[in-house]
Amino acid sequence: MRENLHRFFRAARGAGVRLSPAESIDAMRAVSKVGFSDRTVLRDTFLLTLAKTQDEKKALGACFDLFFDQPEPAPPPSDESETDESDTLESGAASDAQGDADGGDQAQDLGQLAQMLLSQDRNAMAAAIANASNAAYLSDIRYFTQRGIFSGRILDQMGIQRLRDDLDALTATNPALAERLQTALDGLRDTVRETVSQALMLYGREEAENLRNEILRNAPLSRIEPRQVAQMRVLIRQIARRLRERYSKPRKRQRRGHLDVRRTIRRNAAWGGVPFLTAWKRRHRDKPKIIALCDVSGSVARVSDFFLLLIHSLHEVVSDVRSFAFSGHLIEVSDILESKSPEEAMAEIMSKVGFGSSDYGNSFADFEHEWMNAITPQTTVIILGDARSNNLDPRADILRRVGERSKRLVWLNPEGRMAWGWGDSEMPRYSTFCTVVRQCATAQQLERAVSDIVASYQ
Amino acid sequence: MADKGPTASIEAVESGLAAQGYIASRQIATAVYLSQQIEKPILVEGPAGVGKTELAKAIAAWRGLKMIRLQCYEGLDEAKALYEWKYAKQLLYTQILKDKLGEVLGGAETLQDALAQLHDFGDVFFSKEFVEPRPLLQALEQPAGCVLLIDEIDKSDAEFESLLLEILSDFQVTIPELGTVTAVAAPTVILTSNSERDLGDALKRRCLHLHIGFPEQKLEERIVESRVPGISQTLRKQMVGFIHEVRSLDLKKLPSVSETIDWARVLVLLQAPELGSEIVKDTLNVLLKYEADIEATLPQVSTFIAKTSRQSVVFG
Repeated sequence: MRENLHRFFRAARGAGVRLSPAESIDAMRAVSKVGFSDRTVLRDTFLLTLAKTQDEKKALGACFDLFFDQPEPAPPPSDESETDESDTLESGAASDAQGDADGGDQAQDLGQLAQMLLSQDRNAMAAAIANASNAAYLSDIRYFTQRGIFSGRILDQMGIQRLRDDLDALTATNPALAERLQTALDGLRDTVRETVSQALMLYGREEAENLRNEILRNAPLSRIEPRQVAQMRVLIRQIARRLRERYSKPRKRQRRGHLDVRRTIRRNAAWGGVPFLTAWKRRHRDKPKIIALCDVSGSVARVSDFFLLLIHSLHEVVSDVRSFAFSGHLIEVSDILESKSPEEAMAEIMSKVGFGSSDYGNSFADFEHEWMNAITPQTTVIILGDARSNNLDPRADILRRVGERSKRLVWLNPEGRMAWGWGDSEMPRYSTFCTVVRQCATAQQLERAVSDIVASYQ
Repeated sequence: MADKGPTASIEAVESGLAAQGYIASRQIATAVYLSQQIEKPILVEGPAGVGKTELAKAIAAWRGLKMIRLQCYEGLDEAKALYEWKYAKQLLYTQILKDKLGEVLGGAETLQDALAQLHDFGDVFFSKEFVEPRPLLQALEQPAGCVLLIDEIDKSDAEFESLLLEILSDFQVTIPELGTVTAVAAPTVILTSNSERDLGDALKRRCLHLHIGFPEQKLEERIVESRVPGISQTLRKQMVGFIHEVRSLDLKKLPSVSETIDWARVLVLLQAPELGSEIVKDTLNVLLKYEADIEATLPQVSTFIAKTSRQSVVFG
């Protein structure tokens, strides 16, 4: 049974539950106390010991149902492990032995497998399949292309060779029985295939997910397909979570030089106010203040969408975010993003400013006119856009003033460096006033860019 | 105190808590049972008023243990949670013992000798007598074990969490001057959180994680039955059904179990025979705590009542 538990933990990791070895040890200890007799109790036990958030509980619950839905070598091991918890190790081996013993004692001409199939003993079949899957290391399955191989291996383990011989022999001597056996064999094939598919769903998920995420991370954001948008949102949330964890640590550092009189007196009350221990004033470092200006025209829109989602998921790290969207003119969109789901918010933003061709000069003028005094010396201004202004006046002078007022001015451009300055791109003119200019086309580049911005406040 | 008697099985836990008027769902009972068996703290999360704190009280009452409560808030630190030196007592004793000290040190001729003699007395002023135990240390010192409730851990600072780690995993604390204090009997530790901020992984790893949500209709009826015995069966069915309808609305603060119980008490006090739209409208402020929520619910009241009385006819 311990083997089974280990496989379950692996499957759980695949389902996105983060399990540490310590947690699996706890789970094992807990399981040894409650036993395997009651499925709901077992499920609750896993939910209590392994999952640490609501989402994880949901994922783990689904994983549990899928996992224990498998044809299991059900009754014998569960009885054993209930009576003696200490040697759960042996029970796995014991059930193996039993599986072998079952068919062996009816000494007939037919092979074990054939007898089992003909006797229609479902429990024995399930046990045999499970044992064969163990022997074939089914839990190592990672990719869907391996399904055939594993099905073959399992059938080999179960003794399909012997069955074929039996079948040949029977067709000559007893055609009716042979036909029955053939039908049963087809059924067995189906069951094995199902078992393998299920295993793929359980164990292959992690690998498949990693692969997919890796591809997704490096795919150009502007060109991902609509069906991938949801996955990308999940990925962006993961990135936000990572950044939050990295940068939301306490932000205090002692500054020697200024005595904190009140705390010093309090601390030295024990010695009648004689200052043995000194307390120094602390400086709280400011959390980043961010003003984001996002081009939402044409191909840049998708990138802006994800960028805004990322910036607005960083609550604990960033104290103040104001975002603006523009194409022909500029509006503030912070409230829309805060109050609505990402999909709805983006739709509303697009319906307000998403039409028309981009006019950077006009949009910057809008910004300067109304929101220029929102920029403080602690603010990082991030502009996301391809700087293609359709040959209209770029108004780089406004950008210069923005750069002078702010702590940093960062320009993220979804286009490759090669394209900057070609055609109607005003990038070279703008970049002179920016603190940092970088390409930002994929989720990975987006993560690095935002990470650097937040880190500059640490 | 993990004796086999009261916590022998999940059923025993369930009935034990029920005897204290706490109707536990299967999951809660399993959590309590496991925490006793493998000696792990329980971290309880869930919306306000679903009985997180109540659970700790019920366990303490059922097991006949003392309950020690540590309410967390921003700025809570070691001195208020763990232990503090009794400064005043230390000072007073030094004053009183001044003459005695003179006698002891009288024989010494040089400063070196006096120091050496002082060293022989050890750290008299930093001994157990001068430690003021705060809730966490108190909990470890209970000879019969106790229930330690660390309430609203999410309100405390992240630093405080790290302070708890040693207690939660090994039931011990280290006081630099005294050494390590280990629990006489492992206390039952319950931590509650309203998920105002994400707790650290290190803390979560050391606990069983229990999420208490709003109970199902059947369970909630049983809770009301045990808490407000005077209420008639039809009214109970109707009001719980009504609350479940209200929870399906998009409100600022959904009514939780504590509101259900309060409302049941109010209805009993007003001697309402059954749920009518008048009485509901009059008492809605017991259930909902925001003006906007009440306004959002008011137009729905008659529909909800009609729905719930239909249900109670079907089931009753």
